[in-house]
Amino acid sequence: MDLKRIEIRWHGRGGQGAVTAAMILAEAAIYQGKYAQAFPEFGAERRGAPVKAYTRISDEPIYTRAPIIEPNAVVVLDPSLSPSLYVEGLKKDGLLIINTKKSIAEIKKDVGRDDIKIARVDATKIALEILKAPFVNMAMLGAVAKVIPVIDVSYIEEAIKENFRPKIAEANIQAMRRALNEVEIA
Amino acid sequence: MGEWVRIPLSSNYAAAYAAKDADVDVVAAYPITPQTTVVEKIAEFIANGELQAEMIHVESEHSALSACIGAASAGARVFTATSAQGLELMHELLYIASGLRLPIVMSIASRALSAPISIWGDYSDVMATRDSSWITIIASSAQEVYDSIIQAYKVAENPDVLLPVMVAYDGFLMSHTYEPVYVAKDRSTILEFVPKRKPLWNILDPDKPITVGAVGNPDWYYEFKYQQVVAIENSLNILKQVFEEFGKRFERNYSFIETYNMDGSDIAILTYGGLYGTVTEAVDIMKKRGLDVGAIKLRVFRPWPTEELIRILKNLKAVIVIDRAISFGAALEGPIAMEVLATISKKSLDTALHSYIASVGQRAVTEEDVMAMVENSIDLLKKGVSLTEKSIYWGVRQ
Repeated sequence: MDLKRIEIRWHGRGGQGAVTAAMILAEAAIYQGKYAQAFPEFGAERRGAPVKAYTRISDEPIYTRAPIIEPNAVVVLDPSLSPSLYVEGLKKDGLLIINTKKSIAEIKKDVGRDDIKIARVDATKIALEILKAPFVNMAMLGAVAKVIPVIDVSYIEEAIKENFRPKIAEANIQAMRRALNEVEIA
Repeated sequence: MGEWVRIPLSSNYAAAYAAKDADVDVVAAYPITPQTTVVEKIAEFIANGELQAEMIHVESEHSALSACIGAASAGARVFTATSAQGLELMHELLYIASGLRLPIVMSIASRALSAPISIWGDYSDVMATRDSSWITIIASSAQEVYDSIIQAYKVAENPDVLLPVMVAYDGFLMSHTYEPVYVAKDRSTILEFVPKRKPLWNILDPDKPITVGAVGNPDWYYEFKYQQVVAIENSLNILKQVFEEFGKRFERNYSFIETYNMDGSDIAILTYGGLYGTVTEAVDIMKKRGLDVGAIKLRVFRPWPTEELIRILKNLKAVIVIDRAISFGAALEGPIAMEVLATISKKSLDTALHSYIASVGQRAVTEEDVMAMVENSIDLLKKGVSLTEKSIYWGVRQ
């Protein structure tokens, strides 16, 4: 993705860590010397409710505070969310990065759009195996790092270490790296 | 200019870092959404030894500001932070803090007022403090939040001012947004700019006793209030000096008002807080499409920067003011629009004024909205509307 500014919208459910993932990606970009901005779409926070968060990354300062209506990429942490919700406004040739067990052909059928690229990874499986809990956010961050390769993985690791205690950070880095290797794109 | 580190911070964290780097002695605050993480971060700084300060745990915002008033009276450098209902609960103490001439600094993550309950952002809370004699700065970025709080101590503690200062910023849209901020690597960088407060009185000196909180009978109360009039007027000069000294020392420049793309523009949009950023990006888009529109940011709300504003407005055919609060039943219901109108009248300028209300309770405003407001105003100007009869409620379902 060769853009001056990359706009990513994250979709999850309350408690899954979409907001944290959006923030860690922005932090990593800032550590790398870029400009970045991350903010949640604030609802009354409660577990299970659909949550949105945003990350902007740029080589130039970012001034807008508007929500991202037409993202370059959407990241979906929870496959049970409605496709109409998460592909809304996604730009032509934009990226859908989704945690799912489904194949790319099946996802394509679900979202009903031929003009976007799709990346899939079974982040739930990775999280359950490594973290022993369905915390998929850092695995999804790994998938993002792979398919939108503008941030060095070393900075993402640094940002993860800043946000979690050492043992948890280590496991999350492992999940992030595994998703980075396993993500499929079409 | 000292060493600086570039780190990702939300505006709430930037406020906490500024309080730490200003080496405050006392913090009394009550957590409220969306200000909470300011207090959490300061508590963390105190717990891990990065800040040697007394954190006074209180049961309400009324007590928080009361504790700050006590501590500031005793000579301490104090800090507090709040939002919305918390600021309302402090309301009577706001006047006591300024009346006692205490240099308290408070950050506000601006938020809508209940009812109905809203935890989301707008500037209803800040606008309701208009007449409390607090110097009021509204920031547009986390960097500006950090820098403004540092500047605030230097202004507040100046013997010619001695007034409290609030530094406001958008609830959520800034309080919870992470972005790059330069913070001082070492507190000494900041303390060389704003050395610790030297109180002008000693509160517990039996040889030189003073009274704090005396009665102002009809034969004196009026004079005390007039001294506040003089003090906030003085603060215009002191603010100017402080902004200049800050700019020289740290190479980050601030003023009462910031402008963008004013050359060749005869229409400009005036707003405040984070929305200014969205407006400047809308200006860029319009420029690409061949339409030059300027942007004006009101950074200092109290004292009102009349002279600076006149200098800008007198060259304009029209100014579009976007307010994020409503002054219900007022002559013009956008609170800043009304002040701009008074400023225009003062010098009988023929600048047209269009007042818009938007993003109340954090209804989303995008660059598209801003551009549509400009289009609407261009139409109004063609129809000869030099002043909107009422504020225009952008995007509301009537």
